Amino acid sequence: MALGLLLLALLFLPLVGGQYAQYLAIQVMILSLFALGFNILFGYTGLLSFGQAGFYAVGAYGCAKLLLLKPSLLFGVLGGSLLAGAAALVLGILCIRHTRIYFSMLTLAFGMMIYSIALKWRDFTGGDDGLVGVPRAPLEIPGLVSLPMTTMGRYYYFVLAITLIAVALAYRLVHSPLGLTFRGIRDSEGRMAFTGVPVRTYRLIAFVIAGLYAGLAGALLPPLENTVTPPVAHWTTSADPVLATLLGGIHAFAGPIVGAFLLFMLKDIIVRFTEYWLIWLGIIVVVLVMGFRGGVVSLVTRKWLGPHREGEQP
Amino acid sequence: MRAPLLESQGLHKTFGRLAAVADVSLGLTEGTLTAIIGPNGAGKTTLINLLTGLLLPDAGTVRFKGEDITRLPPHGRVRRGLSRSFQIMNIFPSLTVRQNLLLPVLARHGRNLRPLARLEGETEADAEVESLLQEIGLRERRDARAGAMSHGDQRLLELGIAMATRPELCFLDEPCSGMNPIERHAVMGLMRKLSAERRTTFVIVEHDMDVVFSLAERIVVMNHGEVLADGTPDAIRENRAVRETYLGSEV
Repeated sequence: MALGLLLLALLFLPLVGGQYAQYLAIQVMILSLFALGFNILFGYTGLLSFGQAGFYAVGAYGCAKLLLLKPSLLFGVLGGSLLAGAAALVLGILCIRHTRIYFSMLTLAFGMMIYSIALKWRDFTGGDDGLVGVPRAPLEIPGLVSLPMTTMGRYYYFVLAITLIAVALAYRLVHSPLGLTFRGIRDSEGRMAFTGVPVRTYRLIAFVIAGLYAGLAGALLPPLENTVTPPVAHWTTSADPVLATLLGGIHAFAGPIVGAFLLFMLKDIIVRFTEYWLIWLGIIVVVLVMGFRGGVVSLVTRKWLGPHREGEQP
Repeated sequence: MRAPLLESQGLHKTFGRLAAVADVSLGLTEGTLTAIIGPNGAGKTTLINLLTGLLLPDAGTVRFKGEDITRLPPHGRVRRGLSRSFQIMNIFPSLTVRQNLLLPVLARHGRNLRPLARLEGETEADAEVESLLQEIGLRERRDARAGAMSHGDQRLLELGIAMATRPELCFLDEPCSGMNPIERHAVMGLMRKLSAERRTTFVIVEHDMDVVFSLAERIVVMNHGEVLADGTPDAIRENRAVRETYLGSEV
């Protein structure tokens, strides 16, 4: 019911909302995907990564490079995501040997490494200036469709379609045997190893999935902005999915999505009143984390659906 | 005499300057129930950790069904038929009882790595989980969150998880600790039944001497990382060194 209404609202948004609303909605969807992947790693597998901006950036730069090479939207977006997945596979092999704070610090370090590559490898990444003139290429599937993306509305529907597919896949995943295995690893790594599961391999799988989602999110950015600059790789960008997930709730599937929406709304509303919006955002996050561990989603489900629902998911 | 199911040769492990396990050679015969006893810090849990792969020994070898498994990681040992429970409760607290048992059953069938399958579609695994629930007596609690159950039920569940991998050899580290007499009785009954029906070989570490002497066919006494005595319950009861260091006047 609520889901249906949300879908309707998303479908009709370009008809009622202007350019800015569409632009904002695209940003929310991008952060949703970014945070959703992050939470498969954090909320479901128990690994807190502070370096997701690295894979987000690989997706963004990868997509931009591919689009400059061959202007085909799907090629750039999926290519960027796959490149980020490959980067996650390589760095993951090194990171998943550790857990807890050691894992977090390693991911932070690798994330910063990717940032410095984006900044310093001028010939390839454009350095400070980034990559400019990235085309919002048409959606082309040879022999099937060729759809130009000239208006914001068209690109909005493209992002919406990609987001819906990616969210559906993530939903399927967390309710699959693989998702249950991730949750088992989060609960007790030792017990999991003694059920006969190679825990490290599964941690790596979770890391690559999070990388693919971060890359997909990042890859949707350059066609929107027509440019990519090093801040997408900065470690503060890594904090976005962390904040969104904490706001929405780590133990609910929809948590990161709700959180991404709230984060943008809060930013947008608070900015109208004060330039110190970060302070207010900080206070809200502190209150939520201290008062309502489960985030907004569990707060709402508990209030509306009764306390017995708590702890059921995941 | 048959070749032992599991055999350790000169197993050695030091922590800093302390030899937690010193030169332990031990053979475990199929189908028997062995208890390892000894004072706190005698090296019982370390020995089990070495045999199950949680720790790697500094020296010595472990062979299981004739194969050298000294360096094999835990999941590899589980696949070959070894299983264990832990001294400190080790279940999946945020999952339901059913999911707790489903995980090892899925693992045994090699069905964990399926990102798009539905958990509801696991009918074969479900049937197995049902019979496990029946066996450990937690059928009515199948949808309870494991971490919210009583201590005794959690212990039973832990035993269920260990049995769900269908082990030939199962190590149980203090399976009855913190249990009331009724729960203890249930666990002991379960072990006897599995030992008789599936010929599961059990090794338990236990402080409760009533449990030890009523269950075990063989008792290994450890002290300062070494095997002090090894024999039938009657022989151990009569052993002067054991009485002095551990049992005292208790038995």
